[in-house]
Amino acid sequence: MLNVASRNQGTHNKIQFCLDGVIHGVSDFDPTLSLLDWLRFQACRTGTKEGCAEGDCGSCTVLVGTLYDDRILWRAVNACILFLPMVDGKALITVESLAKQDDMHPLQKAMVELHGSQCGFCTPGFIMSMYGRTIGASGTCNASLDDVLAGNLCRCTGYGPIIAAANAISLEQRDDASDITRLRSIARKEMLHLIYDDPLAGIQRHWFTPTSVSQLSDLLLSHPDARVVAGATDVGLWVTKQHRMLDKIIYLGEVTELNQLIECENEVVIGAGVRYNDAHAALYRLHPDLGLLVRRIGAVQVRNAGTIGGNIANGSPIGDMPPALIAFEASLTLRLGDVRRTIPLEKFFLEYGKQDRKTSEFIESMSIPRPKNGDIIRIVKLSKRFDSDISAVCSAMLIRLEAGRIVHARIAFGGMAGIPKRAIHCESQLIGSDWSASTLELAAQALAKDFTPLTDVRGSAAYRLKVAGNLLRRLWLEQDGTRATVFDVEAVHG
Amino acid sequence: MDNATRSDRLNGIQHSVAQTASKSTVSEALAHDSAVLHVRGQATYVDDSPEAKKLLHLAFGMSQHAHARILSLDLTAVRSSPDVVAVFTADDIPGENNVGPVAKDDKLLADGLVEFVGQPIFLVAARSVLAARIAAKLAVIEYEVLPAWITISDARTAGSLIEATQRMKRGEVDPELAKSIHRIQGSIEIGGQEHFYLEGQVAVATPTENRGMYILSSSQHPSEIQHLIARMLCRNSADVTVEVRRMGGAFGGKETQAALFAAAAALVADKTGQPAKFRCDRDDDMIVTGKRHDFLVDYDVGFDDRGCIDAIRLEFASRCGATLDLSSAINDRAMFHADNCYYLKTVEIISHRLKTHTVSNTAFRGFGGPQGMMAIERAMDAIAVHLEFDPLDVRIANFYRSGRDVTPYGMKVEDFVVDQIVQELRKSSAYDARRAEIAKFNLEQGFLKRGIALTPVKFGISFTTTVLNQAGALIHVYTDGSIQLNHGGTEMGQGLYIKVAQIVADVFGVPLCKVRLTSARTDKVPNTSATAASSGTDLNGMAAYNAATTIRNRIAEFIAARHQVELERIVFANGQVMVGNERHSFEEVCRIAYLGRVSLSSTGFYSTPKIHYDRATHQGRPFLYFAYGAAVSEVVIDTFTGESRVLRTDILHDAGRSINPAIDLGQVEGGFIQGMGWLTTEELVYDSKGRLLTHSPSTYKIPCASDRPVEMNIQLWKPGINREPTIHRSKAVGEPPLMLAISVFSAITQAIHSATGSRTIPSLNAPATPERVLLSLDK
Repeated sequence: MLNVASRNQGTHNKIQFCLDGVIHGVSDFDPTLSLLDWLRFQACRTGTKEGCAEGDCGSCTVLVGTLYDDRILWRAVNACILFLPMVDGKALITVESLAKQDDMHPLQKAMVELHGSQCGFCTPGFIMSMYGRTIGASGTCNASLDDVLAGNLCRCTGYGPIIAAANAISLEQRDDASDITRLRSIARKEMLHLIYDDPLAGIQRHWFTPTSVSQLSDLLLSHPDARVVAGATDVGLWVTKQHRMLDKIIYLGEVTELNQLIECENEVVIGAGVRYNDAHAALYRLHPDLGLLVRRIGAVQVRNAGTIGGNIANGSPIGDMPPALIAFEASLTLRLGDVRRTIPLEKFFLEYGKQDRKTSEFIESMSIPRPKNGDIIRIVKLSKRFDSDISAVCSAMLIRLEAGRIVHARIAFGGMAGIPKRAIHCESQLIGSDWSASTLELAAQALAKDFTPLTDVRGSAAYRLKVAGNLLRRLWLEQDGTRATVFDVEAVHG
Repeated sequence: MDNATRSDRLNGIQHSVAQTASKSTVSEALAHDSAVLHVRGQATYVDDSPEAKKLLHLAFGMSQHAHARILSLDLTAVRSSPDVVAVFTADDIPGENNVGPVAKDDKLLADGLVEFVGQPIFLVAARSVLAARIAAKLAVIEYEVLPAWITISDARTAGSLIEATQRMKRGEVDPELAKSIHRIQGSIEIGGQEHFYLEGQVAVATPTENRGMYILSSSQHPSEIQHLIARMLCRNSADVTVEVRRMGGAFGGKETQAALFAAAAALVADKTGQPAKFRCDRDDDMIVTGKRHDFLVDYDVGFDDRGCIDAIRLEFASRCGATLDLSSAINDRAMFHADNCYYLKTVEIISHRLKTHTVSNTAFRGFGGPQGMMAIERAMDAIAVHLEFDPLDVRIANFYRSGRDVTPYGMKVEDFVVDQIVQELRKSSAYDARRAEIAKFNLEQGFLKRGIALTPVKFGISFTTTVLNQAGALIHVYTDGSIQLNHGGTEMGQGLYIKVAQIVADVFGVPLCKVRLTSARTDKVPNTSATAASSGTDLNGMAAYNAATTIRNRIAEFIAARHQVELERIVFANGQVMVGNERHSFEEVCRIAYLGRVSLSSTGFYSTPKIHYDRATHQGRPFLYFAYGAAVSEVVIDTFTGESRVLRTDILHDAGRSINPAIDLGQVEGGFIQGMGWLTTEELVYDSKGRLLTHSPSTYKIPCASDRPVEMNIQLWKPGINREPTIHRSKAVGEPPLMLAISVFSAITQAIHSATGSRTIPSLNAPATPERVLLSLDK
């Protein structure tokens, strides 16, 4: 049962958000209702579409605006896996927001004129992703169009006309003044706590949005059974696909301290609530390969919601980021009540589906040491599709040389075991040996002692083992600085 | 094509559909009819219609086994789940329990036996989508599991056929093969493909007065749904109306597969008297609906020193799934396209159609053609590797030409232009120079290898089931000069509606804004064929042309008589009607015709001439004409990882005299990318129990923006004209470009070959995933 204290901490059974200049209040609803279903079936704004209900196709893309001091940061997100309470205090833009009466936005005109739609079903999502880019929404600055559009699938056009339309549009400054005023008027001063008696599930549902880490820590002590949600890019699917009845959710998105990222001289410290896109630049500065890895995790919409903390906490065997972070010897700070402990990240993953997290404990931050100058670093993600795919194999290699000998080696893989894991035999083979092709060959062969990978839809065991070794072999040929992959070359001229 | 070229070609795009075109609208590069609605989020799809108050939401209870007898079905928990209103099984179906198009073997709800994982067993109607989906998982079902054939080889071993093996043959292959100077044998597996229309399957059924039923469906084939539902509910077809305004993509996946959901909705609406909507979950959609057939091809080919084929035997085996669906025609079309552009003097094409305990495979853009074409293109590549020739030279050596111009099914190829297209493309793409440079690159470079390939396409146009080649249209002209256009074709994004509107506006000489497009409805045009086989514009465009011409001629005759001028001096153009030297507005003429009691409404009909086919002998002229095109693709592969990327693609495609070059280019570009996905990243994986493991976009990867070739140059072939009298001498363009993507697969093959240097072709199967590419480098 809930204690009285936490009930009193929470306010209202109602959330508020701003859409097209109107403040909407929604109360007495299932807190796992998606923003998409609210838009389509409560607000009858059917321009936003459901293509997959799992955050992969982008047909439901909308922009969510968060007030930071005196400006709004817009983020393109997948409305299908965004729980409605996550937009409390936010501003929204949907495809219906863009045209003013008969006057379409230049982007819409360009899409018409350049034949960017065929069946039209994915179009609203594309419009929103592209509109996000025109107003400098999160994750779009300096990003290629391929990257900006990677979260939107189109099955008709082949993308050319859409890219042409996006290219035809100049960037613009969106006037957010009135939305800023409205958002200030609905800014929440205390924790949100929603309670909903769900007749369908036959349960009482609770949603908490703590605003400070101490509130979070207290909540987890009083509700050890609560599900902690950051971006909901995974938990959202538990609801849309598995129909799991989540009765208590604690949402991290508004916990100020967890949203901090600090770049120190020797390390980068990332709060557990920091979204991928908000960490992207800092990770790129830490090492370009880390930045490129982030660019291939999900797509803009997923990176605008998903967090590295969430990625670690859910303990996927692929683990988008963990192999790289393990190679960099990242550490994890967990907190239980007021007690913190810091462990090497690799120790967090115990076995498939099992992590070293105690009841009521949560990840507060991770710290990634900066590599040393001259370290040989290579992070490679292999997947069927370049963008928005889950790796068959993800490898991260960090090798340090002194006078032509390997003095330090950290080789970590995702997709090779039940957890993201170091290749200990491979590392032993490397450390103390000459930096040479034959050393790498022996190290590649040692992987067979480290891993017995599985066969699944992403790749066979044989492929995984072979390609993992090949990544070590290829490292030798890449060391002169020419890292030509298939993604870096152009057609011949003839 | 870079943007500049694209814009140049599409000069005229400022005439959006809502504006006035001052001259003939035919051949204008106009925007899609709904483009403005699309970009504003105002185009209404089935799920966007306002929901009725008492609307019920549906979900299927689905089989967990590939092949099993249902011993008992306990639905107690399903019925008592919150918000459930009703649950139905096969016993509740008043009439025929069938949603299949040809054989009556596709059950709406399983009747004691299940034959694939995901097969619907019962149907839940609830007050919300979630309530229905939750309840659907609560049944307690006792199965007696039976042996299941999942793969092609399982079924082959078991001799499990869905229909008799078909043979098409000319001459005696074995003696010719034995005599040939060169002879090679090989095989290739060609994977299936999920349609991944962005709008999932959906239908709403609403009971109407006096036992009527109105269905809003996302379907390529409203008439079939009408007829199936009438038989299911023991009604007349006239009692059932099916409407389709637009689909959010279909690609063949809503030709027969939409019927399941529409029939389910109609059953519930009939039983409960309440409207019912079935919006299928994406994962369920991918599990429950059929896909492109996967094929296994064995070839045995004899050829001379120039690579010219003396004799070839092609043996196809395809996974048809649990029921017949359209597998007969699909596999026939694979046989029809096993020649592609090549004269096969002595030939035997054998086609095994295997019954497996997997979802019934179905129509998908190309309809078997792509698989047939892949087979022969594989043989071309194999011959080239064997002779160490440029594969393009082998292809050209085998082209149809005078005296070598009869297909294996006895049709004379009268309109062959691919030799000209290939010649032009070879030059414009700098194929030879690039091939030389690539050879140099491959010698010098370390672990990246490139490949380039030019492959042609010849695709037969017409339904091979001759009867289907008919269409109707209905046009009303109102006294204000506005025109309402209806025809039997459905809009799935392919631009059919705008093309037909252009044709009609042209007949009346009015701007496009005068023509209002209306939904395909079975109560307006009856007994339509599916919008399929690329035939939409050929059939419906001509039917609408005939309807419009009928009305225009009536008006013209009336006006000519009234004004005492010769009929030839009545000219409809620029929104006006010239009556001799007098100028009248179209509106005025319509009003006068009305006052003169002239009918301003007409149907129009068209049936394709010349075609005939005898399936027993596999001889005849199944096609009115062929569409042609060619593509050059350059790829690069990483020999350490197997990753590949398409660096450049050049396409030259023959759309005849294009009715709308913008729409046609869109079909070419989109079709190519879809084909590229089929042959590269899109992999369907079933486990040994017949469960589809790749049932969501997280595991099934269609191309993204970044998969598009880095450089793309697409042109419609300027001299293109249909030698047959099709509507404005245009050519069908929906399916053929998909097969241009075979150039990508061949280029990857070339790249692998350059790394292995072997005298036999790399053993690469489709799709060429990184894993397949890497493993083929070993062989």
